[in-house]
Amino acid sequence: MTGTARAGPTTGTPAAIGARLVRIEGPDKVRGAAPYAYEYPVDGVTYCCAVGSTVTRGRVRSTSADAIRQVPGVLEVLWHANAPRLATADGSELAVLQSDRVAYRRQIVAAVVAESFEIATEAARMLEIEYDDEPFAVELRADDPDLYRPDKVNPNFATDTETGDVDGALRSATYGVDHTYRTPAYHNNPMEPHASIAVWHGDELTVFDSNQGASPVRARLAELFGVPPGSVRVVAEHVGGGFGAKGTPRPVVVLTAMAARVVGRPVKMAATREQMFAFVGYRTPTIQRVRLGADADGRIVGISHEVVEQTSTIDEFAEQTAVATRMMYAGANRRTTHRLRRLDVPTPAWMRAPGECPGMYALESAVDELAIASGLDPVELRLRNDPQTDPETGAPFTSRNLAACLRDGSRLFGWTQRHAEPRVQRDGRWLVGTGLAASTYPARARASKATARARRDGGFDVELCAADIGTGARTALTQIAADALGVAPAVVRLRLGDTNFSEAPLAGGSMGTSSWGWAVTRACEGLRARLAEADGSVPVDGLAVEVDTKEEIERREQRPAHAFGAQFAEVRVDEGTGEIRVARLLGVFAVGRIVNPMTARSQLIGGMTMGVSMALLEASLLDREYGDYLNHDLAQYEIATCADVPRVEAHWIDERDDFVNPLGAKGVGEIGIVGTAAAIANATYNATGVRVRDLPIRLEKLIG
Amino acid sequence: MRKFEYLRPEDRARAVDLAANPDVKLLGGGTNLIDLMKIGVETPEFLVDTTRLGLDEIESRADGGLRIGASVRNTDVASDDRVRERFPVLSAAVLAGASGQLRNMATVGGNLLQRTRCAYFQDVTKACNKRKPGSGCPAQTGANRELAILGGSEHCIATHPSDMAVALRALDASVLIETEKGAETIPLADFYRLPGERPDIETNLPYGSLIVAIDIPAPRNGARSSYVKVRDRASFGFALASVAGVLRVADGRVAEVALALGGVAPLPWRARVAEAQLMGAPAEPDRFRAAIDAELEAAQPRPENAFKVTLARRIVVRVLNELAGATREGEAS
Repeated sequence: MTGTARAGPTTGTPAAIGARLVRIEGPDKVRGAAPYAYEYPVDGVTYCCAVGSTVTRGRVRSTSADAIRQVPGVLEVLWHANAPRLATADGSELAVLQSDRVAYRRQIVAAVVAESFEIATEAARMLEIEYDDEPFAVELRADDPDLYRPDKVNPNFATDTETGDVDGALRSATYGVDHTYRTPAYHNNPMEPHASIAVWHGDELTVFDSNQGASPVRARLAELFGVPPGSVRVVAEHVGGGFGAKGTPRPVVVLTAMAARVVGRPVKMAATREQMFAFVGYRTPTIQRVRLGADADGRIVGISHEVVEQTSTIDEFAEQTAVATRMMYAGANRRTTHRLRRLDVPTPAWMRAPGECPGMYALESAVDELAIASGLDPVELRLRNDPQTDPETGAPFTSRNLAACLRDGSRLFGWTQRHAEPRVQRDGRWLVGTGLAASTYPARARASKATARARRDGGFDVELCAADIGTGARTALTQIAADALGVAPAVVRLRLGDTNFSEAPLAGGSMGTSSWGWAVTRACEGLRARLAEADGSVPVDGLAVEVDTKEEIERREQRPAHAFGAQFAEVRVDEGTGEIRVARLLGVFAVGRIVNPMTARSQLIGGMTMGVSMALLEASLLDREYGDYLNHDLAQYEIATCADVPRVEAHWIDERDDFVNPLGAKGVGEIGIVGTAAAIANATYNATGVRVRDLPIRLEKLIG
Repeated sequence: MRKFEYLRPEDRARAVDLAANPDVKLLGGGTNLIDLMKIGVETPEFLVDTTRLGLDEIESRADGGLRIGASVRNTDVASDDRVRERFPVLSAAVLAGASGQLRNMATVGGNLLQRTRCAYFQDVTKACNKRKPGSGCPAQTGANRELAILGGSEHCIATHPSDMAVALRALDASVLIETEKGAETIPLADFYRLPGERPDIETNLPYGSLIVAIDIPAPRNGARSSYVKVRDRASFGFALASVAGVLRVADGRVAEVALALGGVAPLPWRARVAEAQLMGAPAEPDRFRAAIDAELEAAQPRPENAFKVTLARRIVVRVLNELAGATREGEAS
């Protein structure tokens, strides 16, 4: 057959953006037909099991690797003495088995590769390791003399900022608060653990991997194994959650690829749940001193937010905990600082709104305390201090609708019916209280490529190496592509999660839809133009357009761009037992245009639910004697059950911010968790009169 | 590979025969034992499945009590009409534990023998006298928020995690067992041991025992019962403290009382001191408070779990007040 087929926009297609499109891959997931990394059938696959250090600081002296190699079914035992050198052994967490140094307890110090999972696991258990043990320090303290000032905080913010005479303003303020707030360490724990299958053919590596971005995993693997990026293919078609823990490669994928190279056969490995608490990242504990001063009218005159947190001895990760405080409220005199301590602990990393999440717990708790000190309603206090330009730079926000969120939320929640006086409202033995907190998260976008292709059968393929980690990205991008092409979503086949597709940034920082959606829009617009030029004719092998948004994104004017929100909580506390239950949670968000109301709502209420866990339950317990975190499973690391979140509502205001990207959407992934814990802490104070400044709020803090 | 043999005997004699082996673990629903095998805490060579022995019936006893087979699933205990009618405290306690999925699997016998969830016990890289006698107890000065305030020793302060056993303790239940020597009945009061110097020995079960059933004597005439459990989250959490209470008030005085505490001791803790003070005393809040205070005088809280003393006191008083109120209302109607 020769000639061309015709394709092109159908007239009168309803807009796909804004439609409640059901997740495209949902039926496959429900049927178990959607493959996750560990599930790809690979011939001759072998299994890798990592062995963690039982000392917290020291050196690996020797192992019984020679004996374990004799165990039937064991193919290889790797440790630093025989592990192949990585091309860039840079001393980071990814320098797996590159040195005899033990930097933290349960760090990977050896690995067994065997014919079966069971043999590998048991052989790993049998492996004896001798260490030289050294004294360690694992506990974060605000008065530690070894605190230091990092050069920057994640990802690239100034470590400290200072404007005006902060101490003077705080001293002369009519109303002031000065408190220290603490959050414990947290472990991300996506449902699907880090998992990889690695297959080498000569110097060509294929990896099936669970990650938030296959492109960055490919780049890093190529570096570490000294092969060109084009020789590495990373597939991550379906991912069972990440929450930041899979944002960058973690040791699992490096070890799997290393093991496969050594044994000359495919290797697979999944972190055990216990290992999810060991070497795949977590959130640093924080100690945050917040001082606020306001004049007689409740206008903030001084803000100081000083943060102490930890990093490891092998790498630096400085969570940007006080960064949101730089733009949140007006006030002429302001200071933020971050100090770190290098401890003998794993390196902290991204987790669920790094920076904003712990930082806004402290700031929004302090603002509530300021409202009480000044006698102003917490909504009113925030409205009085809501700036329309960035308080540090004076630059105008692309859009800032915090006030609308506060007002709408107040009305929907019934805020004005509350009693400002704590411990007044009761229902039998239950003390009832309400509280609110503001939310914010940056609206950013990264450069991405995308390819749009018209097929002769009238359908379209849109391909890019985006990641759908359960968020609904595949579905949202299909909607975006459909509108840009002017066709129905049903004729668009959106393919992602494979480095064979156009290079794309990771799913993180609430940037996915913005970054990928931008590229998809441009690719589809480009294809539509090409089709129009060709009068709709499609060649035999299709017509494709690939774009890269790099130049467009670099060209645009830089302005502060943020999403906002207001969260309201109703909390009930059993007066006798101190049991705390969140009866109601209501959030109103200004997050730009909503691409898919169904998946967006899931993102927001999911974030709010994680916020409930943060407020009341989650804590990684430091074992001071042994030096690691004690929790090893989800029975010891509690998160909210359905019974803990009887009523969670997410609303959004009508906002479209065309400055942030061509879609006008700001991202919905992280903002749901920001502020939730403060809203619940503030409601708990209103219910009980007890101000808890160290999370989680557990019953002993209310009845002690 | 660590191998174990899975055996599924079809009759009790064979099961009893198999049980007399130090390398055997008896398997009920597996909701705890299998987890412990995965993390290397339990390493049996033989796993003997006890769920096909015909021990899955709940029968009425001649005295009006119940006999619950050892492999009856927790869900079936909680939903049994006779249990709900005669022993509502047991149904409530079972439903307060674990999750629906776990209760569907877990058996009565296995529930009694489940192990502590102490974090040190569950980590084979750390010391634990219960897991490895003589290795030490880091919980004494470490993470002990969830651990015992009553009945612990310098060697172990683990708590027994069961809710069901707390109710059974208040109901004066007995455990029916079989060994090679024959059948035997062990009152629940004598079933568990305090840790003392040997926290690794948790029960007084004779060697090679097969738990066959639990006997619950007839409910006390006119007594009311209830179960209150306090935990961090609304569902699917172990008790920080719980109480199973049984009370009968006559002429304003306590005529019968049974109180068992969960989440505070290495075994379901029968509050005998409090009960002795309450018997015959006026059924009044002051007396309730004084009685539980007397019981808790023996408490040895650790830094992280001192709150459990307050908590236990308050839920006991609450339960007694509610039961006394209910009793009085019952008399009035």
